[in-house]
Amino acid sequence: MAALDELTDAYEKARVDPAFQEELDRLGRDYSGRPSIITEIPRFARHCGGARVFLKREDLNHTGSHKINNVLGQALLTKRIGKTRVIAETGAGQHGVATATAAALMDLECTVYMGEEDTERQALNVVRMRLLGATVIPVTSGSRTLKDAINEAYRDWVASVDTTNYVFGTTAGPHPFPAMVRDFQRVIGVEARAQMLERGGLPDAIVACVGGGSNAIGIFDAFLDDASVRLVGCEAAGDGVETGRHASAISGGSPGVLHGSQSYVLQDADGQTQASHSISAGLDYPGVGPQHAWLATLGRAEYWAITDAEAMDAFRLLCRTEGIIPAIESAHALAGVIKLGPELGPSATILVNLSGRGDKDVETAARYFEMLPERAP
Amino acid sequence: MSALSERLAGVKAEGRAALIGYLPVGYPSVEGSIRAMVAMVEAGVDAVEVGIPYSDPVLDGPVIQRAAEAALASGTRVADAFVAVEAIVAAGAPAVVMSYYNPILQYGLGRFAADLAAAGGSGAITPDLTPDVGQAWIEAATARGLDHIFLLAPSSTPERLHMTVAASTGFVYATSLMGVTGERSAVGGAAEKLVGRAREAGAQAVCVGLGVSTGKQAAEVAAYADGVIVGSAFVRLLVDATEPRAGIEALKVKVGELAAGVRGQA
Repeated sequence: MAALDELTDAYEKARVDPAFQEELDRLGRDYSGRPSIITEIPRFARHCGGARVFLKREDLNHTGSHKINNVLGQALLTKRIGKTRVIAETGAGQHGVATATAAALMDLECTVYMGEEDTERQALNVVRMRLLGATVIPVTSGSRTLKDAINEAYRDWVASVDTTNYVFGTTAGPHPFPAMVRDFQRVIGVEARAQMLERGGLPDAIVACVGGGSNAIGIFDAFLDDASVRLVGCEAAGDGVETGRHASAISGGSPGVLHGSQSYVLQDADGQTQASHSISAGLDYPGVGPQHAWLATLGRAEYWAITDAEAMDAFRLLCRTEGIIPAIESAHALAGVIKLGPELGPSATILVNLSGRGDKDVETAARYFEMLPERAP
Repeated sequence: MSALSERLAGVKAEGRAALIGYLPVGYPSVEGSIRAMVAMVEAGVDAVEVGIPYSDPVLDGPVIQRAAEAALASGTRVADAFVAVEAIVAAGAPAVVMSYYNPILQYGLGRFAADLAAAGGSGAITPDLTPDVGQAWIEAATARGLDHIFLLAPSSTPERLHMTVAASTGFVYATSLMGVTGERSAVGGAAEKLVGRAREAGAQAVCVGLGVSTGKQAAEVAAYADGVIVGSAFVRLLVDATEPRAGIEALKVKVGELAAGVRGQA
């Protein structure tokens, strides 16, 4: 708790310190390439009932996803509180790569915890982190995925808190993480809102994928007061929510406490966390950020469940129609647009947060589409 | 006053510290774990902490994690803890449960407190619940006369220390070091300092957990704390045992060693 209190205190000071914000803006501009552009995707949109569809291109950020926005903020904070080491959890590896990158940039020691199962399906990202100088520790406890990587990072942190800051990757976990990560990701929505207004007006809907929920809250936040803008979060439905093999905490879970916050959780009657399933390692988490639970309760945002098959169809469609290979996480949002477009009709404008690029997913996609011979067991 | 508080007071009157033994219910089986807990009472622990296995035990080291995973895999339920509590109380020792918060929340705070009280339990230790967000549990426990025991860490700020001491009944759980459960070669000076801080803040009873595995360490901690909590060292004997009976025999020997320790006979 002392570590969280210390972090909360440091963050409260930093967020109102113009020098901190200036440094973060400078890094965003000169290091990760902000603002990210908006791309209209008319050939893809033909499959979406004729609505105009725009992408917010977080995939073009340095390191290939929105994760860098948050990590640069938390790494700067680590320097401010005088700690010399960062730890992080990672599912798909995007947050781990971003953390390893910021650690290299700011001369911090870095250890990343990654479920053993994820180190296998995202082997390339393990190498990227190691190239950047990070130590990657495969986690063999529990279900060997993201939630267990978080458990292991906490265990590290309670023993190393004097020197170490935990750079948390999403808008879940204990306070101050949900609020702090949202604030560092807010830039996505702030930019996108101005960019859409320049193009003629607010979109009718915004669609983003939701695992823990950081890219979604990052783009939603600036539009919360725009009542005309529908907000749609796409959770991973794996084989389908009805099969029990999914990662849709809001659609298929119930209220509970996991990793220090109260939200929706996949759990049994005894409160034991249930394993989640998704083709996307980055969405394979049995909880969801508390802000999304709140938006769902208020009815301000709606949350859809997108199956592996729907996401992979959308993945291929974007590749073939627009020459953009999306992260499989983001492909869940694209699948949401394919469903939402016909509902809104041809006069509608939809903005999608393309949270990451698909380089890391090439092997998963190759296996899914049977483009490679099966690996020997 | 709970049976636990009475026992701690009685032990104090003997001029020594209490030995509190932790085991998770359901390992190696529900029956096997209860046999082991009763054996601990017979071998000399003053109170038993019944662990409720949880899927995400972020404050536990590998030994307790492994036992909890096995217990869950073999179908252990929250309600099994109440059966264990009943058996421990029947064997003559006060029992508390140790549970992460979500299993209690999903069972229902009021229902959990009612069933724990009905089993004769003295209270619950909630390692991932802090008093500032634990009001609903404190009320449910208080309504059934149960102790609500919260944790202190060496890093606890003065504000959190005071809040935790004020909100805890039965005893305050002082973690001896910054880390997860597990045996350590030395307990270190942080525990003694933390116990002193807790007493200054008004704590009546302070028990120290994390890291103790030998009679000598127990004697060291007993010199300044009201109780010594031992978990992983006991669980490991069950995990390493070639068969359950051998595990229980080893457990009794270990309890004897630590019971001598808290009496300053290490």
